[in-house]
Amino acid sequence: MAKKLLLDKANVEGIRGYDVYRREGGYRAVEKALKMTPGDIVEEVKKSGLRGRGGAGFPTGMKWSFLAKPEGVPRYLVCNADESEPGTFKDRYLMEFLPHLLIEGLIISSFALGSSRTYIYIRGEYAWIPDILEQAAEEAKQNGWLGKNILGTGFDCEIYVQRGAGAYICGEETALIESLEGKRGNPRIKPPFPAVKGLWDCPTVVNNVETLAAIVPIINEGGEAYSKIGVGKSTGTKLISACGNINKPGVYEIDMTISVEEFIYSDEYCGGIPNGKRLKACIPGGSSVPILPANLLLKTAKGQPRMMNYESLSDGGFATGSMMGSGGFEVLDEDQCIVRHTLSLARFYHHESCGQCSPCREGTGWMEKILRNIEYGKGKMSDINLLWDIQRKIEGNTICPLGDAAAWPVAAAIRHFRDEFEWHVLNPVECMNRNYGLAHYADALEVPVAV
Amino acid sequence: MADEKKMMKVTIDNITIEVEPGTSILNAARQIGGEVTPPAMCYYSKLKGSGGKCRTCLVEVAAGSTADPRPMPKLVASCRTNVMDGMVVKNITSEKVIDARKGVVEFLLINHPLDCPICDQAGECSLQDLGYSHGSDDTRYEFPRRTFEKENIGPYIQLHMTRCILCYRCTYVADQLTNERVHGVLDRGDHSEISTYISKAIDNDFSGNMIDVCPVGALTDKTFRFKNRVWFLKPLDAHRDCPTCCGKVTLWNRGDEVYRVTARKDQWGEVEEWICNTCRFEKKNTSDWIIEGPTKVNRHSVISQGHYVGLKMPPETLKRVMDGRDPRILMEIHDVSGVNKPEIHLSELPGPAHSHDFLEKDVTRAEEYPGHVPQTLADVDAKTDSR
Repeated sequence: MAKKLLLDKANVEGIRGYDVYRREGGYRAVEKALKMTPGDIVEEVKKSGLRGRGGAGFPTGMKWSFLAKPEGVPRYLVCNADESEPGTFKDRYLMEFLPHLLIEGLIISSFALGSSRTYIYIRGEYAWIPDILEQAAEEAKQNGWLGKNILGTGFDCEIYVQRGAGAYICGEETALIESLEGKRGNPRIKPPFPAVKGLWDCPTVVNNVETLAAIVPIINEGGEAYSKIGVGKSTGTKLISACGNINKPGVYEIDMTISVEEFIYSDEYCGGIPNGKRLKACIPGGSSVPILPANLLLKTAKGQPRMMNYESLSDGGFATGSMMGSGGFEVLDEDQCIVRHTLSLARFYHHESCGQCSPCREGTGWMEKILRNIEYGKGKMSDINLLWDIQRKIEGNTICPLGDAAAWPVAAAIRHFRDEFEWHVLNPVECMNRNYGLAHYADALEVPVAV
Repeated sequence: MADEKKMMKVTIDNITIEVEPGTSILNAARQIGGEVTPPAMCYYSKLKGSGGKCRTCLVEVAAGSTADPRPMPKLVASCRTNVMDGMVVKNITSEKVIDARKGVVEFLLINHPLDCPICDQAGECSLQDLGYSHGSDDTRYEFPRRTFEKENIGPYIQLHMTRCILCYRCTYVADQLTNERVHGVLDRGDHSEISTYISKAIDNDFSGNMIDVCPVGALTDKTFRFKNRVWFLKPLDAHRDCPTCCGKVTLWNRGDEVYRVTARKDQWGEVEEWICNTCRFEKKNTSDWIIEGPTKVNRHSVISQGHYVGLKMPPETLKRVMDGRDPRILMEIHDVSGVNKPEIHLSELPGPAHSHDFLEKDVTRAEEYPGHVPQTLADVDAKTDSR
């Protein structure tokens, strides 16, 4: 049984309320942290090797140390709870069942960064969760963990919960800041980065829910101890939201030392694929990361078993690897159609593009239309190359990473499943009645012999 | 010397120039001028905060600066990236840039209606120029183009949302020139549109400048709508004593008639000084203005090509490829049409062709060409009636 740092108390009755949370050892970390200096906390987070859990995997301690600290200008911490990536629902679980863990993490982080007004920006579709968070913040305030002069240290902090209006793009940090300011959620052009000019043009740090929650065990156990969990640069534990064709979908906390195969098939985690079906493909980190066929998912191109951590999942780059992303683990069995799946993702990104810069605004819609043609038997062979060309011209040429996120799934689907696309084009009638099936996507790959 | 600002050395397409700190790559390239300058559809030097959206000005940064000579991993928007000392930029010398720019032009055009023949902006449209210089001659897009519900935004400005490329320039004009912005971008993605708040009319002293900053024909002058093609008009620099604005404008005349008034534009197609709506929409008499002289128009612009006299016809190739034989014509257009006589050459007409140019001369020329049966539209009508 792997060590759990975030979800260890998740099943305690009434943990959502303050009293039970406190009885179970909650807010110990705040007591400890407020006795340290802000610099020491940042140092501790740096030592822990914690990487941003929102998708990009940028070292959190480093991000914090980039925060500009001009005199007389307020600094802000913003918690990014705009979790809208298809397949990712780990933050929802944390906020819904362990709201005090997030509040605790926010208090410590606010203290470390010197933010006395801290915002939680939560997506509009999580309609019931803001109430839970607001209640938790209120309970914390009544018990002296928030408000003026917390624990007599002279540190003031307020936490505000702001509902979004249901836009995926507002999960991009600068679009989130714009939205928080009450404007249209268009990403800003960087530089300047939020660490210099963010919310209300003041230095701002935007962190994911899980990242901020992970600050609590880092302070409790110490950064050194935290960094010993996991392997290499993938330290600590990671929440994975598993869904798709698996027996036990849900949120799992892993310590990044297990293999992908174990994660899918062991009873402790996903519990295998239902109805005796075989694994065809998987998106290991939320819809924007490249999809992998079964053979490349379980083993890297070098023939080693692929592990559930940042390095191993991205082994081989985009040619043969994928990314850890936000931890939205989507499993597809042999009955699933990759073309249809890619179409639904393209539809999502088309719908969610903010429309600010031209490649993403026009390209996402174009890709969706072509994929729809291919899926419904109206595609042409040249459409596959056209799709490839469109995604290539979107990727890297946009203001924010949404363009890349829209391009990668299409690119990976064509890269690994080109025969399935071709089959769709060549068999326009048959593809409406049956799926391509597993084909050779689970066959063992030839491993180049080391010279 | 010490208090003088340190100049920054930047190399763009192997041309080195020294610019002041804080200059963007695009503006540095404009100082060099010519082909080195990336095209810009959304950036407007007079509008604060504009740029970065259209992605046509993408350039490759081969070396970030002398201090940090690493190349930048992605292409950057040159309008919003400031130069660093020792920066090496590749624009037309980079294949990546040319390729990406071609992609951007294609993206901008896939949903554009391409209704240039009836668009008032034709001839002075940035998207047309961009398409000619950087686009491909064919489209790979085979789906219906998007359309919008028509919206009336007031008496002076005509909105054609289908032509819009969402450069956001007009919203910056409203923010920075007028007291209150009543229009903006609604909705998102490829169905986002420029619109006024609950269809409120745009009514402000300086709102007309939105027409000048619009790179395409999305916002055009309603008082000039369908009146004339820009290349038939003669631009004249003129001024008047205006209490609200600088009063320096360009008049677009045909003969003595003022068809429209715009602000003066510089070589990058940007307005030199903003003008007010009274100058733009109300003063349409030559007597309102003090005329300074003809506006200098770039000789590459179609506006400077507005004279058809002395046109040289290209050599006829059809006869040559058919070994000297004449092609067999199944139907001669002149047998059925009263207009467009072969003997009347368009280049000899003073100004644009009109139907009466053909009808009047018909009678006199009939004797000169006895083989040709003159046929007017009236004859055709008579025949149809008798049937």
